[in-house]
Amino acid sequence: MSAVAVPVRRPKASTRIWALARRHVLSVYSLLFFVYLLLPIAIVAAFSFNHPTGRFNYVWEGFTWDNWRYWDGVPGLRSAIVLSLEIGLLASIVATVLGTLIALALVRYGFRGRGATNLLVFLPLSTPEIVLGASLLTLFLNANVVFGFWTILIAHVMFCISFAVVTVKARLIGFDRHLEEAAMDLGANEWVTFARVTLPLVAPAILAALLLCFAISIDDFVVTYFNSGSRVTFPLFVWGAARNGAPPQVNVIGTAIFAVAVGAMLANVLVQTRRTKGVA
Amino acid sequence: MGFIHRHRGLTPYLLLAPGVAWLAIFFLVPLGFLAYQSLQSGSIDFGYAFTWSWGNYWEAVRDYRPQFVRSLAYAGVATALALVVSYPVAYWIAFRGGRWKNLLLLLIVAPFFVTYLIRTLAWQTILADHGVVVRTLHELHVLGSSGRLLNTAVAVVAGITYNFLPFMALPLYVSLEQIDQRLIEAAEDLYASRLQAFVRVTLPLSLPGVVAGTLLTFIPAAGDFINAQLLGSPRNHMIGNVIQSKFLELTDYPAAASMSFVLIAAIVLAVLAYARAVGTEQLTG
Repeated sequence: MSAVAVPVRRPKASTRIWALARRHVLSVYSLLFFVYLLLPIAIVAAFSFNHPTGRFNYVWEGFTWDNWRYWDGVPGLRSAIVLSLEIGLLASIVATVLGTLIALALVRYGFRGRGATNLLVFLPLSTPEIVLGASLLTLFLNANVVFGFWTILIAHVMFCISFAVVTVKARLIGFDRHLEEAAMDLGANEWVTFARVTLPLVAPAILAALLLCFAISIDDFVVTYFNSGSRVTFPLFVWGAARNGAPPQVNVIGTAIFAVAVGAMLANVLVQTRRTKGVA
Repeated sequence: MGFIHRHRGLTPYLLLAPGVAWLAIFFLVPLGFLAYQSLQSGSIDFGYAFTWSWGNYWEAVRDYRPQFVRSLAYAGVATALALVVSYPVAYWIAFRGGRWKNLLLLLIVAPFFVTYLIRTLAWQTILADHGVVVRTLHELHVLGSSGRLLNTAVAVVAGITYNFLPFMALPLYVSLEQIDQRLIEAAEDLYASRLQAFVRVTLPLSLPGVVAGTLLTFIPAAGDFINAQLLGSPRNHMIGNVIQSKFLELTDYPAAASMSFVLIAAIVLAVLAYARAVGTEQLTG
């Protein structure tokens, strides 16, 4: 091919800028959106280093490490965190086990009452939290149950089950049944097939369900507020503290939870991104 | 094990039993108790008795109509705002995200990793009377010199919008991501302008995500009381604030219980009206 010089007329600068703006308007908008989305998080983190002079941690007064060093300096904060962790751990384990079993039944078997079960799983997800909390409160009141650790745990398992079912179900639906058939053809019985083939393949979804339930449990305020009696979880502590000015230690814990959660997710995402890159 | 082999039909029920029992006892039965409580009369001191007292419902609607209306209005406006604000971003991630999609999605859900109450308190800081936002609005004369944001409806709606944004953005992204790009190319090949292709092809195909996001945002928003409590004044209180205080501070259980059911009824009616507007096929999938 012979190189023929084609004279390219450069468009006017204003036209180019306009074209550039049009091409990137969505990107610029998205960037602004993320600034908006992350701004409150930045505020929370920044004010964990604030040195407030009065009761209220609203105005920037000066930088200090003290809130992080003495995160435990507010009475009641440590026990609230411990209670939140205990409830989160227990509730996510119980809810994930129960939810995984329901998901297995729903995906693997046709049975009478399947539609009703789907509905029962879906309903708590589409009920406002205040109704979940209030109705459970009336049950406990009418049954004369003493409010405390166990009522909180029961409530958390209740609203976590549906999330666990949905998470595990999604993975089971995309599951290649041939792998199990192959195991059975090779002489494995049902239990061995379940333990050696099914479970390892579903494990990522079970782990995801555990983490999701833990995150939801540790963040829950409304349902807990109705069913906690005199026990105080971390969100309840924040609520109480907010009435007369939340101490900066609340920001410290909030930032720490955020850092741990995002760190874990980020590691996961980066591994996935690298894997996709390797394939592509 | 032999037992299971002989009764294979039982297996699904055995798997279901513990979880379904938990949901039945701690979700369904409590709703029954709530209904029972809502028809009682009496007082906390002398005890409540079941008297089919339907008047509780009538009184709830009569005495707290502003709060009910406000709940639906705030939730409705916040849902619409969340849709408008997050649609372009969901679109951008779905079509231009490339291999950064997962990272961008992580950013979308990032607010969820900060405790709900703490991120709402952060908005208290941002919208505070001497904060940057209010001062800038004063200088631009958007807000009168004595105007404020905190303790107004604007702050409450802004808080709700922010807090439930990921519930809107994620379903939008999922439905946009599933769209076959070739359909859009086909529309453009057939001389549709980019706007026409969007309105006639992309938007209708993303409607399931719009519907899912709307419901996921609207339902919890209508029952919310945290934003109204922390960012609003009593004049902005929603029905959630009333239910909460009747239950936990005034111990007027029948009134609070009947209000809970009126709230559910209001939400169901709103959802049905919405379903009629967008067409039911999208709702039932």
